[in-house]
Amino acid sequence: MTGVAVIAGLTCREAARRRLLAVAAAIGSAYLLLYGFGLHKVLESLPAAASRQLLFRRQAVIVLFAMGMYVVNWLLAVITILTSADTIAGEINSGVIQAVVTKPIRRWEVIFGKWLGFAAMLTVYLAFLAGGMLVEVRLIGGHMPSHVPEAIGAMWLECMLLLAVTFRFGASLSTLATGVAVFGLHILAFLGGWVEEFGWLAHSQTAMDLGVLASVVMPSESLWRRAAFELQGPVIGSFGRGPFSIGSVPSGWMVVYAGVYLATALALAIRTFSRRDL
Amino acid sequence: MPDSAIETADLRKTFGSKVAVRGLTLEVGRGEVFGFLGPNGAGKSTSVKMLLGLVAPTAGQALLLGRPLGDTGVRARVGFLPEHFRFHDWLTGEEFLDFHGRLYQIPAARRRRRVAELLALTGLAGHGRKRLRDYSKGMLQRIGLAQALLNQPDLIFLDEPTSGLDPAGRLLVRDIIRAERYRGAAVFLNSHLLSEVEVTCDRVAFIKHGEVLETCDLKKLGVEERSIEARVRDLRPEALAGLEQWAGSVRLDGDSLMLEVRAEESVPEVVAYLVASGARVYSLHSRQASLEEMFLRIVGTEAGL
Repeated sequence: MTGVAVIAGLTCREAARRRLLAVAAAIGSAYLLLYGFGLHKVLESLPAAASRQLLFRRQAVIVLFAMGMYVVNWLLAVITILTSADTIAGEINSGVIQAVVTKPIRRWEVIFGKWLGFAAMLTVYLAFLAGGMLVEVRLIGGHMPSHVPEAIGAMWLECMLLLAVTFRFGASLSTLATGVAVFGLHILAFLGGWVEEFGWLAHSQTAMDLGVLASVVMPSESLWRRAAFELQGPVIGSFGRGPFSIGSVPSGWMVVYAGVYLATALALAIRTFSRRDL
Repeated sequence: MPDSAIETADLRKTFGSKVAVRGLTLEVGRGEVFGFLGPNGAGKSTSVKMLLGLVAPTAGQALLLGRPLGDTGVRARVGFLPEHFRFHDWLTGEEFLDFHGRLYQIPAARRRRRVAELLALTGLAGHGRKRLRDYSKGMLQRIGLAQALLNQPDLIFLDEPTSGLDPAGRLLVRDIIRAERYRGAAVFLNSHLLSEVEVTCDRVAFIKHGEVLETCDLKKLGVEERSIEARVRDLRPEALAGLEQWAGSVRLDGDSLMLEVRAEESVPEVVAYLVASGARVYSLHSRQASLEEMFLRIVGTEAGL
């Protein structure tokens, strides 16, 4: 496992040295500032009578927190794909990888080490964004949303899954093709989620089946929908439907499936990289 | 053979229908500096990549320091300077060597000592804290060479080690190769610079279309291989063709006849043959053949791509 630790360390050091961490931290901080300001303004603008009703204010905070987490989810997905698309494909293409894999290190250690490095950084980033938002809703909104660990767990799993899928494509495609392939799959999953939601609203089994099929092909969006379900309060329906409220809830089995999908994508990335000519 | 650093038998690599290496059979001894020569596209780099486990052979067998290809353990005893040296250019020279030392699992204290030694050896002592992206091509070549020597390897692959180096840099590489041979390491040198190969290698293999055409001992070069230049008139075409029994390469330009013969003993035979064939010989000079002449005789003048 020494090789895994060396490669994971190099991956984190590269992100810091190339100012990826600084840029991501700046974007995250800007977002948290904007979100806090917006939250304050929205709650301030609530009708005085409604604002006094505790239940109404609590639901408003829950919806606003879910909205914020929706943005975090997209931000994290984009950052995951953009930062990791080049890590394998780029090093193969430039030849940097040649001096590394000819050392006494197994190829699986290179892939797993890189994945672990990115996974650690993205986990810290998710904790930073979600933690920052929680502090803001507590201080500004005066309430703490429930089921936050479950929601953040589902979002974390989505991030790790996107990372593993990016690695799988990066082991055999160019950087650009990797980015296009993973974004394409994520968009397909996103559209599938909406089709499933509309199917649920319109009582169309075909539309719901199509949505489930899209989630089977790429379960990333179903993990967000699971997270949104965890975050939504009991009277959320009064705010209408949207990406922050879920009608057709992905089952626990879908979460298990996403975990298996992640492990399979990572295993395939290792297998492809181990067998290919460099 | 237990004393072989490299031993290959019919090593073959195809990419689809394209044959990159047809059947590589060679042997490099321990402590030997071995040159690998051939035109562009001859399969040299693919052969090196197969030996290093970067490319999987389609067929054939090979042993590196007595272990089969792909053995992770043996890589701890191998050093490699890639042809198109591309490294993590955001690292400083010291960090870069330290990272590769970690990959070799060299203990921290020894690693620190070794990094300082190698920076000094390659003339980069004052540049260890500079980022690689700020290095010149020659400096990158030197740091790449240092990285290949970190583990004091038993076998070193150097793919075009002097490209990008000035004369002082070339001399440094030559000295390092000699020192490594003295230490007992085998060096597999892939180079286009025949003059460099001629002064550093013990043996060379000539490769073309993915096959070893000939392997020769450079210590015997010049003793056996001779180049003949003569001024001759009345040389009939059939007599000219008959010279090929001694020479791999025969050229007639006006009165000027040039040929390379494989053995010094052939020179008087050629003279007797020319006179017997009725040709009038005005002058004849025989000298040691250079590696370049040998290369052209064996590989031919067809340009590689």
